[in-house]
Amino acid sequence: MSRKGAGNKYYTTVVANIREYRLPTILTPTFMIGEVIMEMVIPLLMASIIDDGVNKGDMNHILQVGGLMFIAAAAGLLFGLGGAYCGARASTGLAKNLRRAEFEHIQRFSFANIDHFGVSSLITRMTTDVANIQNSFQMVLRIGFRAPASLLIAMVMAFFISPRLTSIYLIAVVVLAIFLGFMMRRAAKYFREVFSRYDDLNESVQENITGIRVVKSFVREEYENDKFKKAVGTLYRSFIRAEKLVVTNMPVMMGSVYACILLLSWFGAKMITAGDLTTGGLMSLLAYCMTILMNLMMVSVLIVMFTMSEASITRIAEVLDEEITLTNPSQPDMVVPDGSIRFEHVSFSYNDTAEKPVLDDIDLEIASGETIGIIGGTGSSKSSLVNLIPRLYDATKGSVQVGGKDVKTYDLDTLRKEVAVVLQKNVLFSGTVLENLRWGNPDATEQECIAACRLACADEFIQNLPEGYQTHIEQGGTNVSGGQRQRLCIARALLKNPKVLILDDSTSAVDTATDAKIREAFREKIPDTTKLIIAQRISSVEHADRIIVMEEGRINGVGTHEELLASNEIYRDVYESQIKGSGDFDKQGR
Amino acid sequence: MAEKENNQSTGTMRGPGRGPGRGRVMGQRPKLEHPWKLFGRVLGYVMKRYKLHFIVVLCCIVVSVLANLRGTLFTRTLIDSYIMPLLKSSDPDFGPLAAAIGRVAIFYAVGVLASFIQNLIMVYVTQGTMRDLRTDLFTHMESLPISYFDMHQHGDIMSVYTNDVDTLRQMVSQSITQVFNACITVVSTLSAMIMLSWPLTLLSLFMVGVTMFATSKAAGASGKYFVAQQQHLGKVNGFVEEMMKGLKVVKVFSHEEINQNTFDALNEDLYESADKAIRYSNALGPLNAQIGNVSYVLCAIMGGALALKGFGGFTLGGLAAYLTLNRSFAMPINQISTQLNSIVMALAGADRIFKLLDEKSESDNGYVTLVNAKIDTDGTVTESAQKTGQWAWKHTHQADGTTDYRALTGKIVMDHVDFGYVPEKEVLHDITLFAEPGQKIAFVGSTGAGKTTITNLINRFYDIDDGKIRYDDINVNKIRKSDLRRSLGMVLQDTHLFTGTVMDNIRYGKLDATDEEVIEAAKLAGADGFIRQLKDGYQTKLSGDGGNLSQGQRQLLSIARAAIADPPALILDEATSSIDTRTERIVSEGMDALMKGRTTFVIAHRLSTVRNADCIMVLENGRIIERGTHDDLIAQKGKYYQLYTGNQITA
Repeated sequence: MSRKGAGNKYYTTVVANIREYRLPTILTPTFMIGEVIMEMVIPLLMASIIDDGVNKGDMNHILQVGGLMFIAAAAGLLFGLGGAYCGARASTGLAKNLRRAEFEHIQRFSFANIDHFGVSSLITRMTTDVANIQNSFQMVLRIGFRAPASLLIAMVMAFFISPRLTSIYLIAVVVLAIFLGFMMRRAAKYFREVFSRYDDLNESVQENITGIRVVKSFVREEYENDKFKKAVGTLYRSFIRAEKLVVTNMPVMMGSVYACILLLSWFGAKMITAGDLTTGGLMSLLAYCMTILMNLMMVSVLIVMFTMSEASITRIAEVLDEEITLTNPSQPDMVVPDGSIRFEHVSFSYNDTAEKPVLDDIDLEIASGETIGIIGGTGSSKSSLVNLIPRLYDATKGSVQVGGKDVKTYDLDTLRKEVAVVLQKNVLFSGTVLENLRWGNPDATEQECIAACRLACADEFIQNLPEGYQTHIEQGGTNVSGGQRQRLCIARALLKNPKVLILDDSTSAVDTATDAKIREAFREKIPDTTKLIIAQRISSVEHADRIIVMEEGRINGVGTHEELLASNEIYRDVYESQIKGSGDFDKQGR
Repeated sequence: MAEKENNQSTGTMRGPGRGPGRGRVMGQRPKLEHPWKLFGRVLGYVMKRYKLHFIVVLCCIVVSVLANLRGTLFTRTLIDSYIMPLLKSSDPDFGPLAAAIGRVAIFYAVGVLASFIQNLIMVYVTQGTMRDLRTDLFTHMESLPISYFDMHQHGDIMSVYTNDVDTLRQMVSQSITQVFNACITVVSTLSAMIMLSWPLTLLSLFMVGVTMFATSKAAGASGKYFVAQQQHLGKVNGFVEEMMKGLKVVKVFSHEEINQNTFDALNEDLYESADKAIRYSNALGPLNAQIGNVSYVLCAIMGGALALKGFGGFTLGGLAAYLTLNRSFAMPINQISTQLNSIVMALAGADRIFKLLDEKSESDNGYVTLVNAKIDTDGTVTESAQKTGQWAWKHTHQADGTTDYRALTGKIVMDHVDFGYVPEKEVLHDITLFAEPGQKIAFVGSTGAGKTTITNLINRFYDIDDGKIRYDDINVNKIRKSDLRRSLGMVLQDTHLFTGTVMDNIRYGKLDATDEEVIEAAKLAGADGFIRQLKDGYQTKLSGDGGNLSQGQRQLLSIARAAIADPPALILDEATSSIDTRTERIVSEGMDALMKGRTTFVIAHRLSTVRNADCIMVLENGRIIERGTHDDLIAQKGKYYQLYTGNQITA
């Protein structure tokens, strides 16, 4: 129980989300206990039928008590249905609230928060984990109250019939509880091991599905089969070990029930003969026997289930308790005056523990309307540099300014509307082309959308799609080519009508000719917008007003194409490697 | 009793088939064409190895049911034959009672032992079957042609391993024995009940009918809402997945509020249907339990009356025994009826499992094999048991059984090849090309022109429709697929790395490679530098398809992996596309060293990569429209010239 202390905070976070479902949450156990009481009354009345009815030959009594039993059963049914109704409502309600709270909170996450969890982990936390909690919450509310209540009430009833015989149960319960407790602890440990092996196994299947071409081209089918067989063998052994423990439960359980029955029969018979117990009483005691021990078993299963859902509780609470690292200022500026940008001794790290900063003492001034090219090898922190401008991350040291003011003073939405960035990993969403474009501006007319697409050289291919601007885009934009997707993303950003436009390697899949056309259009149609273009290809940046060469988180050189060719070694290197046959054949974009 | 309902929820909790996007969950009741045939096939699969186990299990079930029944009937004997006489006797003798209890104790012990053995054996049967099933699925999957993976969503294949195998596990471990158990219990209990009192039996049967009617109503309603719940759950999960993946874009466009509204609406729909679905399935428990209680009450009243009148010799002890029997009679029937849904679910899963197992494996009629060879100065080739660094094709002629050897040189010829992924749509038309040993052949052209497709035909990922492909003048159809592929190294644009260390991943190309060989290969591919900078160098663990490396680094690793395999011919499909141009220059030396002396097919969109090829093929719409060296093609002033100078204009 040592983990209780650490986990308490998580439980509170999750339980707080019951909110408007408090009533069903309280009613469910109430109904369940009601149902149990009614069920327990029935064997008691049964004893009366036998002792005062059958044994005394009183038919009237049989009918009267029978009627009472009937009423008890009916009431039990009502309580049971009430519990069913409220339990469903409370658990699905909690699940709904949890999903909502998570989604809401995640929407407010900064990029740093998102990186902290990772996308696939966030998805699991919003889907599978919530389902797990819904399940176990309902279990706790219904069975969690029902089973101990049955146990307790049956014991009390049995006590009323015969305190002496009840001691048989007491002994059985204690022995069984110790046994089950021991068993379940071991089993829970083994099962956790099973699950982690199972996850590994699934991961290796997944790898083999996605990497089947590699497997086949290296003719590694046999090798993979052997590896898999070994893993399956290990899983098999851990499963057997865990399940073997579980199956010993049943015989021990049944053995206890039978032992109780036999002991009851023996001592009961003696007591009846001595006049200390009635025949009906013995029959009722026999009926309680099963109830008591079965419910004890239920409680132990419940505890195991609950410890298993503990992981889900923790994972959800972690999301809900995550502190948002980037927030709106209390009195935000709502206007960005112009598209000038300034970096003042800016350093940046993704986490505090990193030895080397990702950006190191960047000093830079960009005038409004300027076109800036950024070039540098992988890992030279080009993306990190531009991500600071729309405040996707906050600088660790120094100040990043747009329009003469620190980005931290602006309203986030306003800043991000004025500083449009086309991310390297850009995504389209399921919906029509037009709907996707309107992410940039929900109020854009169709004409405006078409104009933006012309600027991004996307209009032509959209017109050629089967349904033009009404064509449905699949999730992630998988039904358009890479180059088409990039151009759509540029058009979407253009619709913001931003003061600063950042293209983070956004034309890498667009052929060189189209790439040039897009840049040409930018120069003519949006001359006042500050443009930052990150690219691998020299041809994409060489006509920029200035080019920044990045190397290992620092600015290695700034200047025009000619200046850099003359003075910057890295730039010259890249240029020469490309001019030997520059650019691309592929990805015509059509 | 009402506790029974939990079996199902326990099952879903335990299911380790975690992860989002599991489309099929409980509740949806799919239509099956031949449920009994499927059930038979599942049973057959289990029986294949565990026939003996199963017979023992069946015996155990019979023994434990009968022992249990004998125990229940003891209640009558206890009251009628012992307690009643004892009550009347003035000098009670407990000896006979003790003896009777002793006898029953033996029965009980036998029953418990039988059920323990049964459960224990079932653990081995279930887990053993699951082990075999997983292995069969996996080995079969590995043997399937590439086209299978093209045509099926990877998520769907994955779901067979997780969801379907898991639901089947529950069916094998629980449902099958439960069905047997129920049948035996119902028959034996019913006979005992009739023996005790036939009028009461009629009443019990009637009440079972009532229960079944009520539960089927509730189950029906629940099932209807479960289907709705699954649909809504799919929508919510889909939306969550999409928006989490695009979360950064969402933030860049300040789209949070609109998303929240959409999500809230979807979430509300899910809540509504889940609430109803669960409500009705929850109701099953109390309905079963309380109708059971009513049955108990009615039997008590009627039985009381019968015992009072002594109808047909019905006694008080008989009543006590009957009431217990009444319970154990209704229990299995309720169990089966509430579990029907999960049995159908499991069968649907079994259907998908068998579909995968029934898929046709990649066919391979090749008989020409690749062997280590010794080539003498006069050109005669002999097979060698040791590694010689030289290879030869061993050609056993089918007509007369003679064998001859031909040195592997790497000459590859395609002769009027047509191909289509589906018969209706041909994607490659009349492809003819010659690659002399050691030549570098490049393919250029736009996406979808068919470059990758051509390379996939050479190693027979797909089989051609018409024409011939020859490798060292042997039709590739005659070469055993595994040997053909071993002779061709492949580096793909989508690199796939496996969970394990960097060392393991490079060694994948040659399983018995020493550490030194691995490092040598990494140096050749220009990967050594960055590997040494990783936290644990060559022992750094890669997880989730090498997610902790950049795309460029992953490509370097996959080049090293191909290098260590040391194949006579190479296929490089956009192998350096994600390596930035500066790094590429560093790699290019290694690449040149790698390609030296090997027949190489290169697909690339960077001109620098293809320029020094011996022959460049320009592809358009599945046809080779131009071919020749760089200089030839420039002189031709065709498509290649256009592409090339087009770049020059904008450059």
